[in-house]
Amino acid sequence: MSDNLLEIRGLQVAFDGFRALDGVDLTVGAGELRFLIGPNGAGKTTLIDVITGLTRPTAGSVRFGGQELVGRREHQIVRLGVGRTFQTSVVFEELTVLENLDLAASFRRPLWSLLRSRRGVPETVDKALETTGLTALAGSRAGVLSHGQRQWLEIGMLIAQEPRLLLLDEPVAGMAQDERARTGELLTQVARDHTVIVVEHDMEFLRRYASQVTVLHEGRVLTEGSVEQVRADPRVQEIYLGRAREGAEDAVR
Amino acid sequence: MTAFQDSQPAIEAPPPDPAAPAPAEPSVTGGPSVTGGPSVTGGPGRRARLAGPAAFAAVAVVMLVVMPLALEPFRLGLLAKYLCYAIVALGIGLAWGKGGMLTLGQGVFFGLGGYAMGMYLKLHDAGGDLPDFMVWSGVEKLPALWGPFGNPAFALAMVVVLPVVMALLLGALVFRQRVRGAYFAILTQALAAALVILLVGQQGLTGGTNGLTNFFDFFGQDLAADSTQRGLYLVVALVLGVLYLAAWQLVRSRFGRLLVAVRDGEDRVRFLGYDPATVKTLTFAISAGMAGIAGALFVPVVGIISPALLGVVPSLELVVAVAVGGRYALAGAVLGAVVMGYAKTYFSEELPEAWLYLQGALFILVMTLAPKGLAGVAAALRHVRTSRRAAA
Repeated sequence: MSDNLLEIRGLQVAFDGFRALDGVDLTVGAGELRFLIGPNGAGKTTLIDVITGLTRPTAGSVRFGGQELVGRREHQIVRLGVGRTFQTSVVFEELTVLENLDLAASFRRPLWSLLRSRRGVPETVDKALETTGLTALAGSRAGVLSHGQRQWLEIGMLIAQEPRLLLLDEPVAGMAQDERARTGELLTQVARDHTVIVVEHDMEFLRRYASQVTVLHEGRVLTEGSVEQVRADPRVQEIYLGRAREGAEDAVR
Repeated sequence: MTAFQDSQPAIEAPPPDPAAPAPAEPSVTGGPSVTGGPSVTGGPGRRARLAGPAAFAAVAVVMLVVMPLALEPFRLGLLAKYLCYAIVALGIGLAWGKGGMLTLGQGVFFGLGGYAMGMYLKLHDAGGDLPDFMVWSGVEKLPALWGPFGNPAFALAMVVVLPVVMALLLGALVFRQRVRGAYFAILTQALAAALVILLVGQQGLTGGTNGLTNFFDFFGQDLAADSTQRGLYLVVALVLGVLYLAAWQLVRSRFGRLLVAVRDGEDRVRFLGYDPATVKTLTFAISAGMAGIAGALFVPVVGIISPALLGVVPSLELVVAVAVGGRYALAGAVLGAVVMGYAKTYFSEELPEAWLYLQGALFILVMTLAPKGLAGVAAALRHVRTSRRAAA
């Protein structure tokens, strides 16, 4: 077997005739930190949705560690070791930060053992608290967290699940500058011992933290490579950076 | 009933309970949980931790010692009836309050438990002959369905098994297909309506509209005797207490947290690696089992089980009671059932024609002004008190 953790082949998704994904091939090796970029509607989130079982593809395959993911239900895919966050973070507001993390960490326990009360803090939860810097807020209800803290909690919940592959959907969207920097550090730290795919719009964030980039455009992979290679690609400049530049110029005018 | 009321926030007080005190109010985000305790769990002080068990013990003493001494047999019997409803309400509190499953058909499970018990009592009273109503209906041979219910152990087991199995089947079908919200509510209500039609239609098998009644003997005790009724009251109160503790443990366990998570974000829970359908199905089955037990206790206490006691209207009345008491807190649900039971009896005696309007008005009032019910009001008052003390 190869070192490829994720192998996507010929993936197609159609919504009412609109092809959101049109034959995507993507390979991500174990331990990689991969950025997924592309203009709005390129199919980035759809791709994440297919990998995690939220959307069923019309054709193609997603193999994860040699196992086919297409056709499995969401929680089964999580149990195989694929975790994700959402663009709009969803944490359980009624529960405390600690309980949110603890639930994320407990899914491998047999159901009957969940009937017992939690005693103490599992090690994985402690580690996730520490990594995300939320230790001081452990006892607070997640409902009182700021937007940034919620995103970190989500990433923390992901870490607590101990997945083999993490999929982050726009982790810095809507964040203030200092929160972005903090998230970037968190990302670098997480990527050290996990395979991570990040969907991100933010070019500044990309330049700073990305190494390998895949560019999606109109449901296809346009190009792949290092940040420099991708930025130097005239097609990318045209569809992505070019458009962004025009937008910027429009804004200046 | 103040004892019940007091017990609510106290018992629910352990830190993270959504129903509990202040922080649950969206308007007071500056609640104690923000400042958090020094401990990671943010646990309250020793006093607060002991307040719950102390309140529970106080209520237990009142219910088990004071009430049997203070109330005349008729009133004690009424209280026993309300406590039976409170057991159903406890299940609704779990399923609806904690799990977000608005079940409008708990009467179905109540009825299954009630009929299982009623069938045994009828056969026992008939002593080998046919039960009286069958003779009147011209039935000549005991229907095969009835046979095993002559065995008390079988009948008692069925009190729990029938509702639980039915809820498991229904849950497995419905929750797996991601049917929820209003659709689930309508489905359960339709089920209650269907069961009534089924029961009424099978006169010879079920006693039809009259249901099963005229019971004389309950496990060797004369059902007409005051001592038997007092004993039954104590059994009902004890069962409620035990089930309450069990439900309380369930809520504060990881499973309980998971249940709340499913209520607030079912789709997100899937990505935590859990199947929400399993969590919901199990909880629904537990609440059904509780309703079954309540139905079985109701039969000797009140002396009858009939379609009118388990159809759409009684099922809805219990949901209203839980809403009034406060669905997010188990004690609120229990309190609501008892308060609404008393209110119904009182107003039916004094102003029979006004009760239905009053019930409707109360429901609207609670839903618009205090969506967390009496329990929520009590918690808010407690919070005002503690924050004043803190400010002073």
